[in-house]
Amino acid sequence: MAMPLNALSVLAWRNLWRNYRRTLIMLLAIALGAWAMIFMTALLRGMVDDMVRQGIAALPGHLQLHAAAYRDDPSVTHSFPAPDRALLGVLGGEQATAWTSRIKVPAMISSEYENRGVTLLGVDPGGELALGFKPEDIVEGRFLDAADDPGVVIGRKLLQRLETRLGKRVVLMSQDPDNAIAEGGFRIVGVFKAELGSREEGIVYAGRDVVQAMLGIGTGVSEIAVLGRDYQAPEPLVAAIRAVVPADREVLSWLELDPYLATMMRVMNGFVLVWMVVIFLALSFGLVNTLMMAVFERVREIGLMRALGMRPSAIVYQILVESAMLLALGLLTGNLLAIATVIPLKDGIDVSVVSQGMEMMGASSVLYPVLLWPDLLLANVVVIVLGMITSLLPAWRAAQYRPVEALSRT
Amino acid sequence: MSTISCSDLCKYYQQGDAVIKGLDHVSLEIEQGSFICLSGPSGSGKTTLLNAIGGLDSLDSGEISIDGERVDLLGKAALADLRLYRIGFVFQAYNLIPVLSARENVEFVMQVQGVSAAERKNRSLRILQEVGLEGMEDRRPAQLSGGQQQRVAVARAIVSQPKLVLADEPTANLDSASMEKLMEHFRELNRVHKVTFLIATHDQRVMAWAERRISMEDGRVTRDELQQIR
Repeated sequence: MAMPLNALSVLAWRNLWRNYRRTLIMLLAIALGAWAMIFMTALLRGMVDDMVRQGIAALPGHLQLHAAAYRDDPSVTHSFPAPDRALLGVLGGEQATAWTSRIKVPAMISSEYENRGVTLLGVDPGGELALGFKPEDIVEGRFLDAADDPGVVIGRKLLQRLETRLGKRVVLMSQDPDNAIAEGGFRIVGVFKAELGSREEGIVYAGRDVVQAMLGIGTGVSEIAVLGRDYQAPEPLVAAIRAVVPADREVLSWLELDPYLATMMRVMNGFVLVWMVVIFLALSFGLVNTLMMAVFERVREIGLMRALGMRPSAIVYQILVESAMLLALGLLTGNLLAIATVIPLKDGIDVSVVSQGMEMMGASSVLYPVLLWPDLLLANVVVIVLGMITSLLPAWRAAQYRPVEALSRT
Repeated sequence: MSTISCSDLCKYYQQGDAVIKGLDHVSLEIEQGSFICLSGPSGSGKTTLLNAIGGLDSLDSGEISIDGERVDLLGKAALADLRLYRIGFVFQAYNLIPVLSARENVEFVMQVQGVSAAERKNRSLRILQEVGLEGMEDRRPAQLSGGQQQRVAVARAIVSQPKLVLADEPTANLDSASMEKLMEHFRELNRVHKVTFLIATHDQRVMAWAERRISMEDGRVTRDELQQIR
């Protein structure tokens, strides 16, 4: 006959507080472990989210359309005509929220003192803003007014490297489709900042029409970047665009354009689980020790219960209920502690002291913890499930005592 | 029909080079509704015999049957059920669960049996009153004297009206009045409900209540006699 759960619970609860110091220490350990699991996962999630956000912003877009050979040779020879009616239909449809076409070619920028290799972006400013360029990132001057704006906007770091300043002229040089030098003089009309230093140093924005004219490619573009509704599921939009473009075009989602980011996303879930299990393993020693001690201290009582007719399985349940209570209390405290830690940090944690390292990983110098309910649930499930499995050892030991031997213990 | 049948029970303990005879070829027949005292010096095998009959200890050889069921062949779960539903134990040491109150200790067996809360409360309060512990129901064992704890243990053993009560020195910590009251209660259960009592004791006053007295020494039954009931 199994003992009712409420009776086991009363026994377990009271037994838990017989040695309240030990119980409190174990509760603290479980709470800190749960806190570490949840908080560190929130930090990791925040970092990976940031890397993905930065990656999508740098591409930009959830997907891009290029000439098939463009990614191997991103030169002007692999430009293609502006979108036709069928493509415009998809780009203006339900699945796409914004799009822009751009010329993106390698170029050389020269000031009167220095020169640098850069990526020249010929853009329609309206489209760039729609795809995520933030006006507040302009720290000096202005962004381009229109696709035929004759100025350029360069990054803060590039400005320093070129030893020039806002309003000065620079020369941009690239190759036209015939591999002849194509160059033009531009005035710096704006300076932008970016989370990633590489963007500040390597990107130059110029008007799309101006760049097309300089390179002699008519209305040709290098890429069309598109924002969809959900960055985690770009495939339907990719398929819709593939269906209306010629076969010599390549339509790739950001997951394919930046495999590193995609891998990070995939690895993250596995890493979170490994991280939680590692923390739990450290916790489990304390948990087993606490329960073992509790069992050793109560051998006589366990023998008594067996003698009075409690089945070995009921003894196992009692120890497991005790363990479940300990875990539940510790988890409750740990969850509250983690939530209380994450909420005040919603505006981000300044990690600028390690900004270079963060940048190398593609993350910014402000870390925003992201607390996801599935992660919270996973941490709790890991602790409860592994905790109960770990508790089976002391519970099994308790059930193995022979009543007559246990009763004779002093 | 015989309630308990013990046939050629042997239980030996190794202590260094010496072999201690816990039970040495003990055979007994105990009728249902008997009121029996086991007497003998310490180490004579009284407790070992009670433990063997109650399925708390295993045997080296021999057979024990209760109502025709071989106790020595039962598994752990079946033994637990046997003890739960058919046997009441009173141990030498009071053996109460320290985190439970007197009433909760008494209710423990019924709780494991699945008796309803109302029924448990009703029966436990009544039995505690009968053993003279009215008003002490909510005290924990640590708040009770040795005698009071023993009475709680006795109440726990008989509250679910088992068919067999195995009692090891049940009156060891009781004063004369309490002992008399307890033995009267045992006798009443024995007479009215035909509960079989097997009581191990050193106490001559307790022995006087028994209708049959079995004496043991060095694990053997040395005398088994009927006596005039008090």
